Amino acid sequence: MNKEVKKTTISKEDVLYVSRLSRLKIDDSKIDQFQAQMSNILGYIDQLNELNTESILPTSHVLSSMKNVFREDKLKESLSPDEALQNAPERENNFFKVTRIIQDS
Amino acid sequence: MKNTFFNLNEYEKMLKEQGLSACASAESTVSRITELEKKVHAFGHFEPEEIKKRAELLDGTDKNGCLWGLPVAIKDNICIKDGLTTCASRILKGFRPPYNATVIEKLNSEGALLLGGANMDEFAFGSSCETSYYGPTRNPWDLERIPGGSSGGSVSAVSSGEVVAALGSDTGGSIRQPASLCGVVGMKPSYGRVSRYGLLAFASSLDQIGPITRNIADCARLLEVISGYDEKDSTSVNEKVPVFSDFLDQDIKGLKIGIPKEYFLEGIDPIVKEKVWDAVNMLKTAGAEIVEISLPHTKYAVSTYYIIGPAEASSNLARYDGVHYGFRSDKFNDLIDMYMQTRTDGFGEEAKRRILLGTYSLSSGYYDAYYLKAQKVRTLISQDFHEAFEKCDCIVTPTSPTTAFKIGERMDDPLHMYLSDVFTIPANLAGLPAVSIPCGQDDDKLPIGLQLMAPMFREDLLIKTASCFENISEFSKLTPGLV
Repeated sequence: MNKEVKKTTISKEDVLYVSRLSRLKIDDSKIDQFQAQMSNILGYIDQLNELNTESILPTSHVLSSMKNVFREDKLKESLSPDEALQNAPERENNFFKVTRIIQDS
Repeated sequence: MKNTFFNLNEYEKMLKEQGLSACASAESTVSRITELEKKVHAFGHFEPEEIKKRAELLDGTDKNGCLWGLPVAIKDNICIKDGLTTCASRILKGFRPPYNATVIEKLNSEGALLLGGANMDEFAFGSSCETSYYGPTRNPWDLERIPGGSSGGSVSAVSSGEVVAALGSDTGGSIRQPASLCGVVGMKPSYGRVSRYGLLAFASSLDQIGPITRNIADCARLLEVISGYDEKDSTSVNEKVPVFSDFLDQDIKGLKIGIPKEYFLEGIDPIVKEKVWDAVNMLKTAGAEIVEISLPHTKYAVSTYYIIGPAEASSNLARYDGVHYGFRSDKFNDLIDMYMQTRTDGFGEEAKRRILLGTYSLSSGYYDAYYLKAQKVRTLISQDFHEAFEKCDCIVTPTSPTTAFKIGERMDDPLHMYLSDVFTIPANLAGLPAVSIPCGQDDDKLPIGLQLMAPMFREDLLIKTASCFENISEFSKLTPGLV
């Protein structure tokens, strides 16, 4: 039982890969720190492997009796376009505006 | 009116006896907060004009509401229509929601005077209130120390007497741990008891809004107002809401209280252990029967939480991209770069760390090893509680293994910070109601909290037990020597 268990570590490339997936830029000077902290946390989390969970059902939420929640498809009052757009960093008419994504040919 | 640490009853009585208007209540609250903020910094942002406007509206209503004119602080992640709501993050800079959270509608209908912007860890990611974009909140009992987190602002505002009550949110202990560290009452209701509509989501399967108050009677009153089924939150449960205050001042003779041995092991301060045992013995003297129980998977709760929490958070925070609301970076090349630059400049370091962790555990090749594994261990942790509640009515433990630590002490060591929540996380994973109440002080006079946990939708048992403890102890009357 005392077999040395290899602790999970994550590489710099892993950090850069998940930062791209997360749409985050990680400053070069911070990569080592994130790598060390995440490795430390994931290494701790390795303790879950002590447990045999093969026959255990997963819990995604605790309201086990709750299945799909439906409601009647009735028209109701909702936010006006102005209210929905009141926090937009940029708007044009009734649209959220972003930078141009299709270039002129 | 000087700061005299009013509870709801006392404040209400004062308003009535002196015939004060909501505007007068607002004015004295604003001046009290302005004075105390220099010390505690419980509010990330504070808009006196907004508060006065709300008070004027209140003065135009009849005074029937059970919270009429009472100042209640609202954590910065609960939407107040047209009031700044920023999750203490730069990425939500300037965000004014076009709608009210359901709990805000409910407080409004009872006439509460709302004060938004109670400080918090950014997006509720933290146990110390230090990761806020607005800077740290301080513990009213020792200004060099953290108030706990993430609802540190809400708790500090109540503990310091700035307000009489507050709402916080609790995903892994974010109401109970700071309540313990600041000597007030903080409850996380059962998952599904209180609508999450309008609560900015962190981890949707764990988040729950709850009351923070000076005593358990106030907790019962506030809980009753905010509870109930809401069709706008598909995880809210259509469960009858009892009159919670009916469970105050009752006899606990024969009540079976379980003590899980796993909560008294390594890492716990000896003084915390001692005071919690003192409390257990007082409950025994009051007629409770003490039963030793076991929750064998307790030591796996933090690991389970730090997979599930960040995984859900990384999905929930994907919406912050600079398109619909909040902050947008002004230096970018194209649309993708705009998303990246906005998120990079908008999120703080802990938020980034959790997004990266969550994305990693959900990414291709790791899902089964991490997320699915954690969901299975979550089942084991829930089963522990089911088995324990066959032997006892409620469970008593410490809320936090230590008293408040110094500002800055754990900031460079995220794992150490995460372990602050070792005793509070299990109730979130299992969905159970839990409350922290004051049960003593350490040698430096720092508060210690007692945690009570009960089966799903049995908040009545928490209130009954906590009320009995309050009646046989003096701890809820202790106040920090701030003024």
